[in-house]
Amino acid sequence: MLFRELSFRVEAGRVLSVEGANGAGKTSLLRLIAGFLAPADGTISLQTNDALVVEGEERGKYIAWLGHHDAVKPQMSVREILQFYAALYGSGGAIDSALDAAGLTRLSDLPGQYLSAGQKKRVSLARLLVCKRPLWLMDEPLASLDTAGKKIAAGLVKAHCAAGGIAVVATHETLGIDCERLVL
Amino acid sequence: MLRYANPARFMKLSSTLVPWLGGLALAALAAGLYLGFAAPPDYQQGDMVRVMFIHVPAAWIAMMAYGLMALASLIGLVQRHPLADVAAKAAAPLGALLTALGLITGSLWGRPMWGTWWVWDGRLTSFLLLLFLYLGYIALWNAIEDEMRAARAAAILALVGAVNLPIIEFSVDGGTTLHQGESILRKGGPLIASVYLWPLALMALGYTLLFFTLWLLRIRTEIMTRRARNLMLAGEA
Amino acid sequence: MTALILRDIRLAARAGGSAMLALGFFAAVATLVPLGVGADLRLLARIAGGVLWVAAMLAALLALDRLFQADFEDGSLDVIALGPLSLEQTSFAKIAAHWLTTGLPLTILSPLLAVLFGLPSQAIGALFLSLLIGTPAVSAIGAIGAGLTLSIRRGGLILPLIVLPLLSPAVIFGAGTVLSALDGLRNGALPLLTAFSFAACVLSPFATAAAVRLNLGS
Repeated sequence: MLFRELSFRVEAGRVLSVEGANGAGKTSLLRLIAGFLAPADGTISLQTNDALVVEGEERGKYIAWLGHHDAVKPQMSVREILQFYAALYGSGGAIDSALDAAGLTRLSDLPGQYLSAGQKKRVSLARLLVCKRPLWLMDEPLASLDTAGKKIAAGLVKAHCAAGGIAVVATHETLGIDCERLVL
Repeated sequence: MLRYANPARFMKLSSTLVPWLGGLALAALAAGLYLGFAAPPDYQQGDMVRVMFIHVPAAWIAMMAYGLMALASLIGLVQRHPLADVAAKAAAPLGALLTALGLITGSLWGRPMWGTWWVWDGRLTSFLLLLFLYLGYIALWNAIEDEMRAARAAAILALVGAVNLPIIEFSVDGGTTLHQGESILRKGGPLIASVYLWPLALMALGYTLLFFTLWLLRIRTEIMTRRARNLMLAGEA
Repeated sequence: MTALILRDIRLAARAGGSAMLALGFFAAVATLVPLGVGADLRLLARIAGGVLWVAAMLAALLALDRLFQADFEDGSLDVIALGPLSLEQTSFAKIAAHWLTTGLPLTILSPLLAVLFGLPSQAIGALFLSLLIGTPAVSAIGAIGAGLTLSIRRGGLILPLIVLPLLSPAVIFGAGTVLSALDGLRNGALPLLTAFSFAACVLSPFATAAAVRLNLGS
C-alpha cells in the first residue's frame, strides 16, 4: 500500500507536477495512470473531447510514456528508433521535425550505443513527439539533461500543453513552467 | 464455501478438521494395508501384486493433486484470492512427492512383471512429465521474488500444463503398451477381484485423506509464516 | 505489427547474430552425437529424427529468455505495450520474429545435418517438413516461458525446465514423422504435429500476454 485517499484532476492544457521523496510512489502513480498497475480501490479515468470516458487498459491508447529507462536500442540509430515507434504508433512520420525539436538532427544516424545519457533522454523526448498522444506521462524527464536539454524539455512540454495536451510529470527538479503540484 | 476462504475462518475450520482427517487417513491406510497383506497372492504376479496398493493410489492422487492445484490456480487468477494462491503453492510439493513415489513403486513393480524398469508408453511418459511440470512449477515459485507475481506466474504455468497434459499422454499412445489398461472404471464393471478391490479402495481413500491432511497443514503453515513475517516487518517500522 | 516483427529481426541480426548461435549449436550437437554413438549408419538413421529434433529445439530455446527481457530492461516494453497493438498481438509478433530468426534457419540447415546421420532422402524431406511445421510451436510455447520468467535474473536456466515438458508432444510427433518416413509407413504423426503447432501458435499469445501483463504491473 503506497498511498491512500489520493484524488486529483488535470485539465487539458495543464501540467501536473508530481513531487515527493524517493520511494514516495511517483513512478507507481505514473504506472497506475498508464494502466500497468491497477488501483486497489477507486478509479482513474480520462475524458476526451467527445465526453467519452475511458477507463482501464483502454487509457493506454491516449498515453505517451517517458520512463526511467530510455528505450534506446544500442544497435539502432536514432532515426531508426523513431521510425519504428512512428510506424508502431501509426502516427505518420514527422521524424525530422521531432529530431529537430529535440536537437538531435546531427546525431540522427548514430547507433544508440554511442549516445550519452543526456542524448538518450532527448531521444525519449523526440519519441513523445513522434507518438502523438494527448497525455504525456514523464518520469524524471530532466534527469541526465544539461541546461540546454532542460530548456528543450520544458519547451516541448509547454508546446504540447499549448496545443491542448496534458502532461503529468514526476520530477525532483522544477520544470520552470506554470504547473499544478501534487506532493506525495 | 468461499466464506471459509477468509484466512481467519480457514485457520479455525482447518484446526478442527486436521486431526479428524489425519486420524481417518491413518485408519484407512492401516485397514487397507492389513487387507492388502491378508489378501491371497495373485496367481500370475504372486506377492508382488501387493505393490499395487501403494503404487496405484499414489498415481491417482498425484494426478488429483495437479487437478486441485490447477483449480486453485484458476481461482487465484480469476478471483485474486490469496488463499487460493497459497493452496496451489502448498499442493505442489505433495504432488511432486506422490508422483515420484508412483514412478519408483511403478518401476519396482514393473521390473519383475515386464522385465524392464521403464517403458516409454503414454501413461508412464506423461506421468514422468507430470513430475517435471511439478518441479518447474515449484522452481518458478522460488525464482520470482515478489510473492504476488510469483503466485500469478505459477498459476498461468499450472493452467498451461493442465491443458498440455492430456495432449502429452495422447501423443505417446501408439496403441500397444505394457502398462495396465483401464481396469476399474470400465463399462462392464471392475476387472479386479473384489478381494483386491477393497484394499485398493481403502488405500485410495487413505491417500486422499492423508493428502488433504497434509495439504491443510501446509496451507496453515504458509499462512502462519506470512503472518510472522508481516509482524516482523511491522515491528521494524 | 509488421513494424515490430521487422524491428525484432533487425535487432536479432545486429546483436551478435543469435541465428548464428542457434545454427552453430545445432550443428555442434548434430556432429557430437554420431561421435558419441558410433558410426553405425543404420543406428544413426533411426535416431536421427529424435536427435535432430531435440537439438533444434534446444538451439531455438537458447536465446529465448531474452525475448521479452531485453525490451523489459531498457523500458521499450512499456512503450510498446502502450501502443495500439494489444499485448496478444505484440506476443504474436515477437513469436513470429523469433521463429524467422531461429526456427526457420534451423529448418533450412537440417537437411545438411541429416546427411551426417545417413538419412535417406524421403526421410530428410519428412524431417524438413516436420521442423518447418513444428518449430513455430517451439517459439510459441517458449514465448510463454519467456513471458513468465522475464523478471528473473537467472531466468535462463528455469525457462527450459518449464518449457521442455510442454514441448514434448512436438518432439514426439516430429521425430515420429521421420521414423514413419524411414520405415515407409503412412504418416500419422505429421497431421498431429500440424494440429499441435497450430493450436500452440493460436493459444500461446494469450498465455504469453497474460504473463507479460503480469510482469509489467510492478
